[in-house]
Amino acid sequence: MKTYDAIIIGAGHNGLVNACYLQRAGLDVLVVEKNDWIGGAAVSRELTPGFLYSNCSYVCSLFRPEIMRDLELPKYGLQVIAYEGGAVLTQDGDYLASYRDHHAHRREYARWSARDAEAYERYARDVTRQCRFIQPLLMRTAPDPMSFRPRDLSELAYLGRKFAGLSAPEMAEMLRFWTMSISDFLDEYFETDVIKAYLALSGIIGTALGPMSPGTAYVLLHHYMGEVDGSVGAWGYARGGMGAVTQALADSFRASGGTIRTEAEVDRVLVRNGETKGVVLAGGEEVHGRLVVSNADVKRTFLKLVEEKELPDPFLRRVRNFKIRGSSGKVNIALDSMPEFPALPKDSPCLRGDLHFTDSVERMERAYDDWKEERWSADPFLDMVIPTTLDPTMAPPGKHFMSCFVQYCPPKVEGRDWTDADRDAFAETVISQIADYSPGFRDRIVHMEVRTPRELEAEVGLTEGNIFQGELTFDQLLFNRPVPGYAQYRSPVKGLYMCGSSTHPGGGVMGAPGRNAAAEMLRDLKRPAGHMSEAHDVI
Amino acid sequence: MTSSDAIVIGGGHNGLVAATLLARSGRKVVLLEAEGEVGGAARTHEFHPGFRVSSIAHILNRLHPDVVKAMDLQRHGLTLEGRAMASVALGDAEPVVLRGAYGEMLDGVPASEATAWKELRAQLIRYAGVLTPLLARRPPDLAGMPLSEKLALGGIGLSLRRLGREDMRDFLRMLLMNVSDVLDEHLTSDALRGLVAFDAVLGSHLGPRSPTSLVGLYYRLAGEVGGVPGGQMLPQGGMGGVVSAMAASAAEAGVAIRTGTQVARILVEKGRSVGVGLANGEELRAATIVSAINPRTTFLDLVGSRDLDTGIVRKVQNVRMKGNVAKLHLALDRVPDFSGVAPEDHKGRLVIAPSASHVERAFNPAKYGAFSPEPVMEIVLPSLSDAALAPDGACVLSANVQFAPYALKGGWNEGRPAFQKAIMAQLERHAPGIGSSVIASELLTPADIETRFQMPGGHWHHGELQPDQMLMSRPFFGAGGYDTPIDGLFLAGAGSHPGGGVSGVPGMNAARRVMAVTQ
Repeated sequence: MKTYDAIIIGAGHNGLVNACYLQRAGLDVLVVEKNDWIGGAAVSRELTPGFLYSNCSYVCSLFRPEIMRDLELPKYGLQVIAYEGGAVLTQDGDYLASYRDHHAHRREYARWSARDAEAYERYARDVTRQCRFIQPLLMRTAPDPMSFRPRDLSELAYLGRKFAGLSAPEMAEMLRFWTMSISDFLDEYFETDVIKAYLALSGIIGTALGPMSPGTAYVLLHHYMGEVDGSVGAWGYARGGMGAVTQALADSFRASGGTIRTEAEVDRVLVRNGETKGVVLAGGEEVHGRLVVSNADVKRTFLKLVEEKELPDPFLRRVRNFKIRGSSGKVNIALDSMPEFPALPKDSPCLRGDLHFTDSVERMERAYDDWKEERWSADPFLDMVIPTTLDPTMAPPGKHFMSCFVQYCPPKVEGRDWTDADRDAFAETVISQIADYSPGFRDRIVHMEVRTPRELEAEVGLTEGNIFQGELTFDQLLFNRPVPGYAQYRSPVKGLYMCGSSTHPGGGVMGAPGRNAAAEMLRDLKRPAGHMSEAHDVI
Repeated sequence: MTSSDAIVIGGGHNGLVAATLLARSGRKVVLLEAEGEVGGAARTHEFHPGFRVSSIAHILNRLHPDVVKAMDLQRHGLTLEGRAMASVALGDAEPVVLRGAYGEMLDGVPASEATAWKELRAQLIRYAGVLTPLLARRPPDLAGMPLSEKLALGGIGLSLRRLGREDMRDFLRMLLMNVSDVLDEHLTSDALRGLVAFDAVLGSHLGPRSPTSLVGLYYRLAGEVGGVPGGQMLPQGGMGGVVSAMAASAAEAGVAIRTGTQVARILVEKGRSVGVGLANGEELRAATIVSAINPRTTFLDLVGSRDLDTGIVRKVQNVRMKGNVAKLHLALDRVPDFSGVAPEDHKGRLVIAPSASHVERAFNPAKYGAFSPEPVMEIVLPSLSDAALAPDGACVLSANVQFAPYALKGGWNEGRPAFQKAIMAQLERHAPGIGSSVIASELLTPADIETRFQMPGGHWHHGELQPDQMLMSRPFFGAGGYDTPIDGLFLAGAGSHPGGGVSGVPGMNAARRVMAVTQ
């Protein structure tokens, strides 16, 4: 019977990135995927004829350009189309636009407040400075502060030097910034509520926190570190939907000789004498591999796929204490015509970007209060995009696909499991909010898919529907992610690795965890990793 | 014009400590207090004939041993008896009583919960102990430190190492966590979790689910009374008793205390402070000015933006200092009876915070400028331990009530009656009949605290005590080590590291800094 060099559990983007790098290093790699489609949460699915749905992740920006180049993704069909900006429609019928053009952006802010337009310059400079420090860390394994191994010490020294390179006020700003709430941070710059609301959203998307929770200023960075075509902080659509990312990865992987098996759900990881020997599939079939890498989140991996007796108690305790509460839902809509938003100027470029209706930080925070009580937000925060405005491949001519990300949406409803009736009521909350700003919206709906944390967990396997495979709070970042002592992609079981968003640097369609895990594995195998670019520092 | 070596502005506990230590170093020191008596927010006042109460701070739990020693407070009349006062969590069921220093023993929970608490408590006190040495010294200086400072910090690193590898990992993981998640990982009792969650967020604008809220608990547990970490006591004569001992020590050290003396401005010449101008027009000169009052008042009102860099003015304005705690004083004609609480335990600290989620729910409205309809609070009946505070048979009740946002929508004049009603409803639930025993009451909202004690925002700590406003960023970077952008001007109040509470530490650290950098 064949023994693979490595078996990757899950064909999500990180699993595929990991697989690509290993295969290109000369290993014989198999990817097993439980669904009959690949991509995990980066997929395009034709859920109604003629319409492609980016039904989980919906914009592409965080994906590391180094990985894109290493794995030749453009050659395998990946194209990212940068979009213009976006707008917040306010309750009084006005709007705040955001443009990529610096001067247009400034003029728009000045329309609301001259002081804020001025402050934006300071704000952009300060946030960029924070990004510049963090960004190179994305593609490095976090050092273990408790270890005296030369590598950890040299990584710590690297961090120390980097920090020492800052001036004292910059250091102080940085330390302060890391623990601030995005709301407090923005209050230091801006006076206009809608401007603060627009900028605050990057601090909360995907988190189980509100804009007034300390630590959300850091989350802002997590969303700012993306770049499209070398333009930092820009956002774009993957042509053909988010599935184009994973399709390109899969094609790149197969082209270098790798194998993908779909409809192959892993029942458990095969462990003998403390060493990984492969996986057992749901039907009982054993597939042998010298190394196994799990793209699943840390709870699913170690509480469901590995037998308890193989794991030390402190590790299990920490895995059980891992925080992975889901906070968002998704409503994906096929439209038979372009929706109208009377508040926006005709043909506004904002229609091609992201649209929101939450015009104050208070409304955002109140939406979070509902989630804390295990209810979906009565007045949710929506992040809507209509990628078909720039990408004609996703819908029939004249028709549109709209992705609507909804926050907050709890993993359980007042202590019980979600029901279909709950899901429908949740969708109605969302649609009625859109309809308030877009007359005739309901009549344009051809088809709709509603995803609560229940659906995200059942289909994609994200525990509690958490899109980042674990909350992004200090206790779960860097050397603490996913759990202290195991932040370097290895697990307590020899030969078993992790490569999902549960690991450093966390979620988003970034690919960094998959790449970093591959780097650690090749190091263990003492194989060269010349095909793997070092992290670049562009900002 | 008169002249001295140092002028200390503000006769609160920190001002008294700073002035005394400077005087003991041989300097000629003048202490200026705007009110008719010293003490600031640590006074005892009569709020109804025959009824006296600690004005703001009412429990002594962090007066630093170095301060007690350096000022010889015990010789000057401070007693540290009864320092293991109980805390009682008034829940929906039987109260949970924490006895000894922060619950060495626990009543009212099953044995399994008591065991879990014992472990968690030990862990929290151990971790707080790692941080304790940071309090009584100048915060690390990012621009570089002398070797002695580096060594001292290295010592803290070593004490962290001594925890052992696994413990240290947990320490680093938990440091910035929210208190609610930490409690959920260990405990099941709602009442116990409610009490600890309340303690972690008391005095700050955070809910138990806000990340970093565990830091508040560490801050509390880093305090001690008479060598007992986590201990707490009601001082004899109220907090004014502590201040009297300090004032006696100051007088003995030769500090010239001038009460009823409002400082109008700090005189700055060529970027250097040279003295102060009083409200009555008089000018006092000194090479060293120590401001033991609020940092915003110090910079914006007394120095003035004309003598400050724009960036500094912006930083001062950005210091968050909106208070969230109200103080309720009740004169009662008899001792109240809290349901299920033993008579002896009425001398303890009674906490109404039925669960951590209740505390979180009480916090929610405060984010939007509304008070909690079901507020959470910490109650003491100080006259049970010190009969002199109330007439015979009568009783004083003193409560810190959260959440009462400084910037209440509609203003406190309008909101006060409704808030007082909400508080009384909570009290009535746990002590039926208490309402009918009230002779007189006094409710100090943050707005009242602001005007009465000259504390902008009515904030206990003169600035939110959250990680981004701690250490070298307290009150802001550039004035974090007690010295300021103005040569010769130093800060010594709770707005400076490590923060508020009757500890005397900011005053002590500031005095040491002054001695280190001036002749």
